[in-house]
Amino acid sequence: MVRRIGKYAAAVATGLMMLSAQASEPIKIGSFVSATGPASFLGDPELKTLEMYVEKINDEGGVLGRDLELVHYDDGGSASSARNFASRLIRSDQVDIIVGGSTTGTTMAAVPLIQQARIPFISMAGAVKITTPVKKWVFKTPQSDRMAAERILRDMKDRGITKIGLISGTGGFGSSGRAQTLEAAEQMGVEVLADVTYGGSDTDMTAQLTDIRNTEGVEAVLNFGFGQGPAIVTRNYADLGMELPFYQSHGVASDSFLDLAGSSAEGLRLPASPLLVPDSLPEGDPQKEVVQDYKAEYEAHYDSKVSTFGAYAYDGLNLAVRAIEKAGSTDPEAVRKALENIEGYVGVTGEFNMSPDDHNGLNVDSFRILEVQNGKWTLIN
Amino acid sequence: MFSEFLQYLFTGTTIGATYALIALGFTLIYNASHVINFAQGEFVMIGGMTTVALTGMGMPMIVAVVLAVILASVLGLALQRLAIAPAKQADVVTLIIITIGASIFIRGIAQVVWGKEYHSMPNFSATQSLEVFGAVLNSQSLWVFGIGAVLVVALVLFFTKTLSGKAILATSMNKEAARLVGIRTQVVLMLAFMVSAFLGSVAGIVVAPITFTSYDIGIILGLKGFVAAAIGGLGSGVGAIVGGLALGIVEAMAAGYISSDYKDAVAFSMILLVLFFMPRGLFGAKVVERV
Repeated sequence: MVRRIGKYAAAVATGLMMLSAQASEPIKIGSFVSATGPASFLGDPELKTLEMYVEKINDEGGVLGRDLELVHYDDGGSASSARNFASRLIRSDQVDIIVGGSTTGTTMAAVPLIQQARIPFISMAGAVKITTPVKKWVFKTPQSDRMAAERILRDMKDRGITKIGLISGTGGFGSSGRAQTLEAAEQMGVEVLADVTYGGSDTDMTAQLTDIRNTEGVEAVLNFGFGQGPAIVTRNYADLGMELPFYQSHGVASDSFLDLAGSSAEGLRLPASPLLVPDSLPEGDPQKEVVQDYKAEYEAHYDSKVSTFGAYAYDGLNLAVRAIEKAGSTDPEAVRKALENIEGYVGVTGEFNMSPDDHNGLNVDSFRILEVQNGKWTLIN
Repeated sequence: MFSEFLQYLFTGTTIGATYALIALGFTLIYNASHVINFAQGEFVMIGGMTTVALTGMGMPMIVAVVLAVILASVLGLALQRLAIAPAKQADVVTLIIITIGASIFIRGIAQVVWGKEYHSMPNFSATQSLEVFGAVLNSQSLWVFGIGAVLVVALVLFFTKTLSGKAILATSMNKEAARLVGIRTQVVLMLAFMVSAFLGSVAGIVVAPITFTSYDIGIILGLKGFVAAAIGGLGSGVGAIVGGLALGIVEAMAAGYISSDYKDAVAFSMILLVLFFMPRGLFGAKVVERV
C-alpha cells in the first residue's frame, strides 16, 4: 500500500517537474574553477561568489523569466582536468555559457575546445595572452599584468621618476610581469637600470636588493611577484634602510600581504582594485556602490573576508547575465555579439567597455593606486 | 665594493648558520644509525610553525618557543619509536625511504592543521638593524649566530663530557662493541633522533623571522641541510658546520655577483664538485676496507 502511494507520488512529481521544465528550462551557466589545490585562494572565493549570486538572481526572478542553473567542477588547479571539465560542460551538460578558469594555465587549456565548440567563455585569469590576440569566443574580467605595469609606471612619472630598479620573481606571474614592465617602460620612456630576479622558494633577497641599491641613478624600485616572495623583499628593503619610493604589483594586493610584511610595508604603493578600500572611494565614484554592496553581501553570506578574485567571478557572471538579457535568448552567437558590445557596465573590478578588438574591456584607470599608511591601504588616486 | 661584499657575507652566514644546524641533525642520526633522515626538514617546520601558532593564541614568545622545541623533540622520539624501530631488521635504504614517508605524512598533517599560508614571526629583539661598514646586519642574524654558537658548544660538551654523549659516539664507531660493553643502542638511537629534532626545530625558530614559515618550508631547508652535511662529509660534526656556512656564503655570493637564477644551481653543483674530488666530503673519515 505504502509502496503504491509512493509510486503515484513519484509519477505525479515527475509529471509536474516535466511540466515546469517545459514552461521554463533553466539557463545553464557552466564553470570550472580551482576550488582546491595550490590555486584555491583564487577558485574558492570565485565559486562562492558564483553560487551566491546565481541564487540571488533566481530569487529575484531569474533572467528572461528563466532560472539560472550553475554547473560547476573543481579542476584542482590542473590544466588537464580543466580541459576535461570544459569538454564535459560543453558535450554532456550542454551549458549556454562558461564563466570559469581561475588561472591562466587552466584557461588556456580550455580555450581551443571552447573556440571549436563555439560557446561564449568568460575567463577569470590574469595574463594578457588570454585576450591578445582576440579570440572570437573568449573574454576575461581581470585586468592584465600589462595594465598593472602601465599604471605603476604612470604613477612613477607623475612623481617625476624615470629611472627604476626592477626585482621580480621567476614564477609565471613574476616573469610575465617583468616582460610586460620592460616593454611598457620602453614605450613610456622609463629606464630600467637594474633588473634582478629571485626564485619562488628563496628566503632572502638582500643580495639582489643590494645590487639595486648600488646601481647609480635608480630613483624607485618595483617588485613584480606573487606569494610570500614580495613580503620577504619588502622586509629586506626595510632592513637595508632603503628609502627610495617602493612599488609592488597587484599580485600582493590583499590584507594577508600586510600581515606578513608588517611595519616594513609602510609607504609602499601598488595598483589594486577599489575593493580593498571601499569606504575611501569619493562620493560620486560610479564604482562605490557596486563595490560596497559586493563586499557587504559576500561577507554577510560567508562570514569570511571578501577577495579581489571573487570579484572577477562577480563581474563574469554579471557580464554573462547582461549579455543574455541583451541578446534576448541563449543563442551562442547572439550572446557572443552582445558580450562584445557591452558598454558602460560598472563592475567591482572596473568599468567594462567591450569591443570586437577588446575582449577585456577594462582600461588602465580601473587600477587605483594605493599606499600603505599606518598599516592600512589608503587610496592615493 | 667592500660593503657589497660584506652584505653578501652577512646574508650568507646567516642562512649558512641555519643550514649548519640542520646539517648537524643529519650528521647525528647518520652517525648513530647510518640512516639519512629526510624528515629533518619537517622538524625545522614544526619548530617555526608551532611557535607561530602558539604566539597567535596569545602565548608569550618564550613559552611558545620552549613548547615548540619540546613538541619537535617528542616528534623526533616518536619518529624513531613508531617508524624506525619497528623496521630495525630492514636495511638502511628501507629506513631512509621510511623517513621520506614520515616527512610527507608530517607535512600533510601540518597543512591540514595550520593551512597553506605563510606566517610571519616578529624578530626576537627590537627590529633595529645594525650598520657595519656600509652593510646592514639584521638584528635577528645576531640571534642566529649566537644561538648557533651556543648549541655547537653545548653539543661538543655533551659528546666529550657526558656519559650519554660518549655512548652515542661509541655506538657510531662500533655498534656491536658498544652493545657488548653494556650500552643500550636502542636508547642511543632515540636520543640521537631527539637531539637532532631539537637542533632542527631551533634552526626553524631562529630563522623564521627572516624567512617566514609555512607548512612546506622544510622541503627546501631540509634539502639544503643535507647538501651541507654531504659537502662537509656525512658523519663529521665540524664538516656539517663548515659545509653549512660555505653553502650559505656561496649561495649569497652567487645571487649577488652572478644572478639569483643560478643560486640553487651553484649550491647543488658545489656538492658535485666536492664529492668528485673528495668522495668522503671535506671532513669525511677515511674508510679502510678490510679484506
